[in-house]
Amino acid sequence: MTARTRRGGREAREASMVPPAEFQSYYGRPVLKEPVWAAPDVPGYLFFGGLAGASSALAAAAGFAGRPELARAAKTAAAGAISLSAVALVRDLGRPARFLNMLRVFKPTSPMSVGSWLLAAYGPAAGAAAASAVTGRLPRIGRAATATAAALGPAVAAYTAALLSDTAVPAWHEAHRELPYLFVGSAATAAGGLGLVLVPPERAEPARRLALLGAAGELLAKSLLIRRLGPAARPYQSGRAGDLMQAGEVLTASGLAAAALGGRSRVLAMAAGTMLVTASALTRFGVFHAGRESARDPGYTIGPQRDRIRQQQGRDTP
Amino acid sequence: MAHAASGPGPAFATGPADAAGGLDPAASSGYADHPPRMGFFTDTSVCIGCKACEVACKEWNAVPADGLDLTGMSYDNTGALGASTWRHVAFIEQPAPAVPDSVLPDPGGPIAGGDGVRWLMSSDVCKHCTEAACLDVCPTGALLRTEFGTVVVQDDVCNGCGYCVSACPFGVIGRRESDGGAHKCTLCYDRLGDGLTPACAKACPTESIQFGPLDELRERAAGRVTELHEAGVSDARLYGADPADGIGGAGAFFLLLDEPEVYGLPPDPVVTTRDLPRIWRHAATAAASLAVAAILSGAWRRP
Ligand code: SF4
Repeated sequence: MTARTRRGGREAREASMVPPAEFQSYYGRPVLKEPVWAAPDVPGYLFFGGLAGASSALAAAAGFAGRPELARAAKTAAAGAISLSAVALVRDLGRPARFLNMLRVFKPTSPMSVGSWLLAAYGPAAGAAAASAVTGRLPRIGRAATATAAALGPAVAAYTAALLSDTAVPAWHEAHRELPYLFVGSAATAAGGLGLVLVPPERAEPARRLALLGAAGELLAKSLLIRRLGPAARPYQSGRAGDLMQAGEVLTASGLAAAALGGRSRVLAMAAGTMLVTASALTRFGVFHAGRESARDPGYTIGPQRDRIRQQQGRDTP
Repeated sequence: MAHAASGPGPAFATGPADAAGGLDPAASSGYADHPPRMGFFTDTSVCIGCKACEVACKEWNAVPADGLDLTGMSYDNTGALGASTWRHVAFIEQPAPAVPDSVLPDPGGPIAGGDGVRWLMSSDVCKHCTEAACLDVCPTGALLRTEFGTVVVQDDVCNGCGYCVSACPFGVIGRRESDGGAHKCTLCYDRLGDGLTPACAKACPTESIQFGPLDELRERAAGRVTELHEAGVSDARLYGADPADGIGGAGAFFLLLDEPEVYGLPPDPVVTTRDLPRIWRHAATAAASLAVAAILSGAWRRP
């Protein structure tokens, strides 16, 4: 092995211009293990976690904007989504009965450990906020829970990007700069979209605004990711993952347009919301499959590492 | 197997150094007084492909069978390391370079016959990384650094989340279908505790697999490379022996006769956690952006 050199700045951009050249391998077999995480559980966990986190933030915003109906809907959505997210996570464990071992230690080096603690704090808060909003009981506790869930929600939506990036899986690791923005954008898209589905547009302005900001952020983050990664972004552009990402992009753009131009039409708002929620889910499935594909193909592992060695040798012998 | 208390493991590349200037993984995991770091030096130039190591490992560790697959990859019907394969012998048939075969065992060594074909054989194993991604990302503390500086899974703690499987840059550790847990080479932790040699090294008839204190193995390996170079085997090189590499040096390293990827090894692996500070920073900024977006969305009160 050669000494490690960091890819960054100019160097990374140069590297990304080099297509993964011919590479040698052991009978074309993958170097890495394909993630054992399965669809639909793990992409579902990413999607519902994002929907929940951003919905909690939306609920607080709606409360502030004097939209109690939207706030209540967002709180209910957050509680439902985080429950589904937790179920998906536990279902994917090889030993689901040992779920609580996640809380045995706290390890900042493990995004899954950090995420488990985050969920342990966020889940009950989201649940209490929803319960109070629906029943109208214990308003003070409800307000505290709403604030707690709103404060933790964005972290819940973002940490899953760190979780995927902190692996050896090329398409996930290489994208560690853009993935968190793509994920929070996708989360906001979903939460705003669901708000538009559940609440008539004249009483759902915060949802519409959040959906617009999220969709724009998601599209921007995705194009930055594709641009910076160059050939390493190919798993996001081809095969099943490419189809999912593309479909997500089209729906995001259409949903964005419909939400922006829909005015007071309930039908248009509901269509826009449905498209945006679906787009967010498609994006998560796309990112998930892109990672699997990049782990399966030894070229994505060997190519960039060979490039790094070549550059290192180029520097050593001018 | 003894279960020591599991700590969070080395956070990042900081901590006490070993004699060779690399990180001392046992000390940075909190073992004040510990035996020398133990490891494997696998010298593939003398491997004859007998697979005694694979068999001995399965037998001693009671690793379940994982089926017989006729892969069509030379004599390799094992395929790859995984939850139930902790030693894997790779077979590569390739055109032989013009190399004197006097230094290599004959017949059956890497240079075989006069048909212009040579066989490369290499017994792969968990690298017991100095900076181990599997251990870093494990959320339960099931993956543990031992007093010998090796990396083991505590089966009674592992909840089968599979994070280690995606984190290992070598594709070593796997999740076993039958019990849902992650498994890999323990460097025979139970045997080490009793002062015994790991099963694979014990069974190896050509001393291709050498076991001992890592310092001594690194010295011996450097000598062997020099010897091979002097004898004209210019392709000989060490893999994983450098504490300055992307995993802080391997506890189980190799002497190879071709590029690492030919053997199915990544040419320049880097532990993913080296980028984690950056990853967390971006995640935090993204979370803050979402909070700002929500605030903007609610900023206009109903008139
Ligand atoms: S080779 Fe993989 S499984 Fe072995 S210690 Fe390193 S990261 Fe862990």
